[in-house]
Amino acid sequence: MIGPFSNITPFHLDILKEIGNIGAGHAATALSSLLNKGVDMKVPAVKVVAFDEITELIGGPEAIVASVFLRVNGEAPGAMFFMMPVNQAAYLVQSLMGEDDEIHDEFSEMAFSALQETGNILAGSYLSSLSDFTGMKLAPSVPATTVDMAGAVLSFGLMEISAVSDSAIVIETAFTGMNDEHGESLKGQFFLLPDPGSYRKIFHALGVSIDE
Amino acid sequence: MNDVIKDVMKIGIAGIGTVKTPQKIRTAGLGSCVGVVLFDSSRQIGGMVHIMLPDSSIAKGDNFNEGKFADTGVKLLQILLAKEGARSLAAKLAGGAQMFQFSGGGDLMRIGPRNVEAVKHELAKLGIPILSEDTGGSCGRTIEFDPMNGELQVKTATRGISVI
Repeated sequence: MIGPFSNITPFHLDILKEIGNIGAGHAATALSSLLNKGVDMKVPAVKVVAFDEITELIGGPEAIVASVFLRVNGEAPGAMFFMMPVNQAAYLVQSLMGEDDEIHDEFSEMAFSALQETGNILAGSYLSSLSDFTGMKLAPSVPATTVDMAGAVLSFGLMEISAVSDSAIVIETAFTGMNDEHGESLKGQFFLLPDPGSYRKIFHALGVSIDE
Repeated sequence: MNDVIKDVMKIGIAGIGTVKTPQKIRTAGLGSCVGVVLFDSSRQIGGMVHIMLPDSSIAKGDNFNEGKFADTGVKLLQILLAKEGARSLAAKLAGGAQMFQFSGGGDLMRIGPRNVEAVKHELAKLGIPILSEDTGGSCGRTIEFDPMNGELQVKTATRGISVI
């Protein structure tokens, strides 16, 4: 592999995959109790992707997505996104607030707050399980929410890594909510983008060597 | 990185490219990044660079992508256009949004406005006038430039399409 990832082997990617598994697993459980319905999680994908390819993970640079973004602070800093297509986010908000109204594509301030709080809870459970697993102190920043083009949103999470690389390691986990009586299901994605210096710290914390 | 699809050249993140009439050039999903267009209207030659960061001094090593930074990207685009025969250049800008509103927020949060400032600083240094811009705010933008008439089309998720 290239650039700052030249020492990363498939074995290391597997470890990052396990991190996504543990973190998103806890987040899915949190979401499940929040919605009071079953939530399935896919096996996480860990990819080294060029910046241009990163938006393909969520439907292209112009796909309109609802995103909750937060910085991971602490010993292994990074960026975290919780993203859903707009109609899915509207459905999530509706499920949370128990409204019977038609789903709107326009989000009220209340809907944004609900989405933000959901992101907060999910990211919190993701990070606390990650923190337990690695023994590292990790804490989420206050989340921020927006509905906009995927490229515009995701590129913001690439700022730290872009100083040293044209690609990033993305730990991606997709989840699906069980169908409800209307046959609706819920889909969303987590993206964890560790900062360049954080991989070494994560591997070190887990007692895995990485060649200099 | 820059695929030529039909008559529109696509520029990716940190990408750079030049076109002549009848080809157009576009980049999608600009957030805090800035799309800089330089063009020579009399010769109908134009180019675009998708800037991510203000200053190449933070790049590690010499082997970095020049299109990524405001200082190196604008300069490189000027050189590429000169090679294509452009003489008298003018600029149009779009992007540099602040996608997320945080309370507090450090340098990283202001990256959009900082990118715009850095691009303007570089253009001033090179003596290239800015004809129009659609920068700042908090929304993503997709832009497409047509060297035939010098029009830059700006599309956003909420405001539709405008031409600057």
